[in-house]
Parts: sequence; structure tokens; C-alpha cells
Amino acid sequence: MPTVIVDGKDIEIGAEERLNCIEAARRAGAEIPHYCWHPGLSVVASCRMCLIETGARDAATGKISMVPKLVPACQTPAKDGTVIITASALVKESRARVEEALLIDHPIDCPICDKAGECLLQDYHFEHGQAERRADLHPFTSRRRDVGPTVTLFVDRCVMCTRCVRFAREVSGTSELMVINRGAKEEIDVFPGYPLDNKLSGNVVDLCPVGALGDKDFLYQQRVWFLKSEPNVCGGCASGCSITTEHNQDSVYRLKPRENPHVNKWWICDEGRYGWHHLHDQTRLLAAAHRTPASASQAAVGFQAVEWADVVTGLRRDLKVAKRLAVAVSPLLTVEEAWMLCAVARSIDPQAYLAVGFIPRSESDETYPGGFTIRAEKCPNRLGVESVIALFDPAVHHWEDLLEHVQAGGASAAWITAAYPTSASDKPWIDEETAAVFAGLECLVVQDFFESPLTKHAVWRLPAAGFAERAGTWVNAAHRAQTFQQAIRPPAGVWPEGRLLWNMLGRRGLYDPVAVRQQIAESSATFAALAGVLPATGVDLRLHQLATP
Amino acid sequence: MKPTDPAITWLEPKPLGLTERLYLPLFLQGLTTTVRHLVSPKVTVNFPEQRPVVGNPLIYRGVHRLNRDDAGRVKCVACFLCATACPAHCIDIVATESPWPDREKYPESFVIDELRCIFCGMCEEACPVDAIELTSLLDLTGKSREEMIFDKEKLLSVYDMTKMTEPMQSAELERISEGPL
Repeated sequence: MPTVIVDGKDIEIGAEERLNCIEAARRAGAEIPHYCWHPGLSVVASCRMCLIETGARDAATGKISMVPKLVPACQTPAKDGTVIITASALVKESRARVEEALLIDHPIDCPICDKAGECLLQDYHFEHGQAERRADLHPFTSRRRDVGPTVTLFVDRCVMCTRCVRFAREVSGTSELMVINRGAKEEIDVFPGYPLDNKLSGNVVDLCPVGALGDKDFLYQQRVWFLKSEPNVCGGCASGCSITTEHNQDSVYRLKPRENPHVNKWWICDEGRYGWHHLHDQTRLLAAAHRTPASASQAAVGFQAVEWADVVTGLRRDLKVAKRLAVAVSPLLTVEEAWMLCAVARSIDPQAYLAVGFIPRSESDETYPGGFTIRAEKCPNRLGVESVIALFDPAVHHWEDLLEHVQAGGASAAWITAAYPTSASDKPWIDEETAAVFAGLECLVVQDFFESPLTKHAVWRLPAAGFAERAGTWVNAAHRAQTFQQAIRPPAGVWPEGRLLWNMLGRRGLYDPVAVRQQIAESSATFAALAGVLPATGVDLRLHQLATP
Repeated sequence: MKPTDPAITWLEPKPLGLTERLYLPLFLQGLTTTVRHLVSPKVTVNFPEQRPVVGNPLIYRGVHRLNRDDAGRVKCVACFLCATACPAHCIDIVATESPWPDREKYPESFVIDELRCIFCGMCEEACPVDAIELTSLLDLTGKSREEMIFDKEKLLSVYDMTKMTEPMQSAELERISEGPL
């Protein structure tokens, strides 16, 4: 095994691993500060913050010979016998000088800069900079430049790491950003008429180590130190990108990508990044409502708000009376919720017709040069729901099959879980014509996020939870199962599907997705990998099935 | 810890001496204090007819005010540092992009719940532009809770009311930094 010597400590690295000195030092617990290097981008070694002392140990004699100059750690490969010194006096002096140089022209406007609190320039200056300032102190505000529909550039705050430029060239492949001018007058800019307008543009804001690139959606909304972050999974498409939901007092403020080498690497798309606004939409359904059969004829006026305790008993009673039940399991539900829904449906009607709910799709998958894919399938858990239904019914039906089944008179009651985040101003997920199929049913239960043509026919109209309000497991298009916790509480009056189903199953206490997950893992080979605590990056269900025949 | 714990050292009160048991010397001592206060000058004021004298208005911690800059605009840059420092969580700010070219953002709304405030003065210390200050106004009363929730306009009006008697403490800093931050 190749051995790297970091600050006198021997660290073994994998024989096939291609690490640079920053990554190798990190294994030893030594953090080498850096601005321009990012694991997902090419190396330019331009910021000079990661300069270290390095050398080589002769394998035969054990003699160490050092390189006379400081070298950038990001560009120096860690090989067998590489010696890395991360904190010598010379290295510290160099870092202090780099910090001083960066701060000569940097505006002293931390109090009004949105990056303050998560800014690398602040952190590194605190750790490696010097307390005394030799340059003149001229407090001033930064020039602003509009570089695209999602991003604002604060020109003077930039430290010219060029991460954003490389991102646009290498990952999104759109190359909108560039460096103009030379030397101390270097600036980031776009070509006139060609703004930074691609579906991955929000990532440059995360990449920016300082406050130069601001996300228009988040700008001035909240100071970052008020935010709490919760690891979560994006529900925007079948990719199931790992994200963190940053929230404060049950209000989401932004979503950020979470590093996951198996799914999204370091990126998420703008659709996912800004796709949380429906959670706080004023028009979302906020209370359980029931229409008494007498008023069913009076169009849309007959809804009466009901207590959730009455929903638990009333739903079971009504569906039992109606007998032949058809259930659409939304591909937005978690594996746990889908499993409980199937279990509840089968306990009401042992012959209940189980089908995967409507799957919203766009035209085609979009793949970017950096390998990032936005899937056409705009739901996070189709595979998970299909696998759950397969546990109850070997023939997995889909939404179209369900429509036919209902049209043919095969069902007298239907329970449609939807939860689609298409607000009233968007085109609803179901049209009037399709919704009319369900009009003649004895009992129709609809759980949806917004009003839709379908809710007009409902007898029970129940609000659904948003992605950050759920807890459970989603299985993405590559069969990777990722578990996540509830990030924010749903508004008062909304029970997440899991809570309702937990109560309908007659289980006691608070809804516990871990207990349900354990039960599913123990009872089926498909989900055996879900037993115990899953790693933050998730598990591949197929791989586990191959390993345990 | 139990009373029987060996780590506890129990102290007994000293037994009373002769003078203490006589009671008269202590009685005289107490009466002297009473008589001294009877003849000394009065410090009580008949509030509200009479106003108390505030020693140094610059360091008194009374009702808040939001200062204005030279152009009469609110000085606050909506950095949320006062809200961060506030131990009572009584400051609520909504920031937005400022309409002026020399400023990046400003508070669209700035609300202080005066009933929740504990008048510790941390907001004043945290403010990087000396926009929020505590005045020497001490009689803060109202007929309803809503009335005691001060919004931006009201806080600015407190400044207009007190700017003559209590000049801005940041004038010195303004001169050094050549213009607002």
C-alpha cells in the first residue's frame, strides 16, 4: 500500500487512488486551505492558498529530500513516499501573505454580505490571516453585475478562483462565464447577450468560496447562521439527488446539494434547487375535508373540515362499505408510506387493486458534459413504489391500468394518493376528462397537495405533505435507496401520509418510519438492504440482491 | 448531597455577647438610620408630574431609535447583527435590495417588540453602522400589546424626536470612514 507522510504521520492510501496532497492531508486530519481547487473541477492552482512544503522519502534508505520551494497541494499528486508538511512556519507565513493580498481589494462589507458566516475568506482569514492590516481601510460597497436570471455577481468581492468559469465549461458545458481583463483588473463576466442561463446555473453560487456570486432566490432572505440544515433527498425527478434542506422555524429558505458520489456528485439542477416554493404556497390544501353523500350532488360546495381522528375511522368505514377498492400509490410517497398504504388497502379489501400513481414526465432525460443527469421522470420513487406493490401483488399495475379498471366498473371506491407539487397556477397533473372517470364512484379519497380537477369529485379530500415534510426512503432510477428525516413540520392541519397510515394500521405512538423500514427489510428480499442504519449516500438495492441470493 | 456527607463543614453561629443581649445598642443604631433619612434631602420624584434626571443620556438604555443618515434615509443596512445579538429575540427584520445606488440592502420592515425587549443594549453594540441606539426615554407605556410593537416608522420618529437632545454617537466614526458604510 502506498504510504504518504503527513506532518510526520504515516497515512496509507489505496493503491488505485489518485489523490492530491489536499485529499491525502485530509485523511490525516490536516486541513489545507484552498479556494480554487474543487474535487469536481479541473486543477488550475491559481489561488496559491494551498501552498505547502513537500518532499519524497526514499523507499530504500528512508532518507527524506525536500523540494526547496513551496508547491500547491492541489496540483501535487500524493504518491508512495510523498512527504507533506502542512503547517510549518514558512507555510503559515505564505498563507498570511495570500490572505493579505486578497483583502487589499476586498470590500469590508461582511455585515451586508450574504455569504458572511459560510465564507471561506472569512474563515481562512480568521485562521491563517494576520490581525494587522497594512493597506488603507476604505469601506465600500461592491459593484453588482447581473449575470443571469438566477445569479447576481458582486464584482469586487471576487477572489478570482475561477471555479464558476470552470464549472460552466466543464460540468454544464455551456461556457457562459469568462474572465475579462488581466492582472489586478481581472473580473468575471458574461458575453453581452449570453447570460448565465442553464439548468445547472445555481451551482456556481455554492461553488463560490466568497460572496461574489449571489443566488437571487435567496439573496437578503435570511442570514446563514439562522439556518438549520437537514440532510434530505430531492423529489424533483427520478435522479433523487442528495440535498440539504436549509430551514428556520419550519420555513425552507434554500436547498443545497449534498455530496454523494453515487448520485449527484456535488451538483443539483435549478429545477430541484428552486423547487421548494410550493411548500409555502398559500393555495395548498391545509385541512382534511369530507363531503357527506347528501351534498355530493351540489358540485364543489359540500366540503366540511373534519378532525384527523375522524378521518382515521371514517376512511376505513366508508371504504369498507364501498367494498371494491382501487388504490393509486403515488410515486412521491416513500417506500414506508407506500407499504403502509398497501397494507391498509388490503386490510380493508383483500382483493384491493393496487397501482402506481400517475408519473409526471418531461420529454427526455438531459445529460450534461460533467455527467449530471436531469431525468424525464419527474417523481423520486417510482421504482420503490413498484417494488412495494410487487410485494402485495405480483402483477404491478400502472396509472393507465387503474383508469381502465375503474372505467370498466372494476372498482366502487378509489383512494388516489397524489401529492403532486403542481400549483393552481400551473397546469394541473390531471385533466377534467380523466378526472371524470372517478366521478361515479361510491367513495373517492384524494390526497393531494393542491386543488385539482380530481379533488372536485372527492368524498374525502385530504392534504398531502411536501418532500421536506416527509421521512422515509426513496429509491431512485438507479435503484439507490436513500433514507431521510423530516426537515420541517408540515403546517397545522396537515398530517403527512405516513402519520395517517400509521394510525389507520392501529399502531401506537408517533409515526416511526425506522420501525416500518425494519419491518419491510425483514419481510422482503427486495428491500433487505434497508435493514439497520443506512449510509448517508444510500445503498444500491440491486447490488445487495446480487450479494444475497 | 446528604446532610451527613463528610465533605460538609457545619458552622455554628457565635453565641451572643453581652451588648447583643442588651438589645439597646442595636436599637439605637437602627433608629439613627431612620432619623438620618428623615432629615436628609429627598431623592424621590413625583413621577410623572416631575421628571427624573438621567445622569448620562448617552449611556442610558431606554426606548430604541433608528437613526437617519445625512440624506434622511434610514441608516440601517439590514445586516441582522442586532437580531443575532438580541438575547430576547425581539427584533424582526425583513431585508430587501435598496433603491439607492450607494447602498446594497436596507430594511423593508424593522420591528422591535418593546414588551419583549430587556433593554440590555446588545443591539446597539452589535450594530456596525450605529443605526440602532437606545435613547434616554424611560416612560414607555401603551394601552395594548400592538401599540408596543414598534415598526420602522415609529423607531425613526423616535430619532426625529430625540435627535436634538441626544446627538448620534457615531458622528465621530462617520468622519473617520468618509461616508456611510
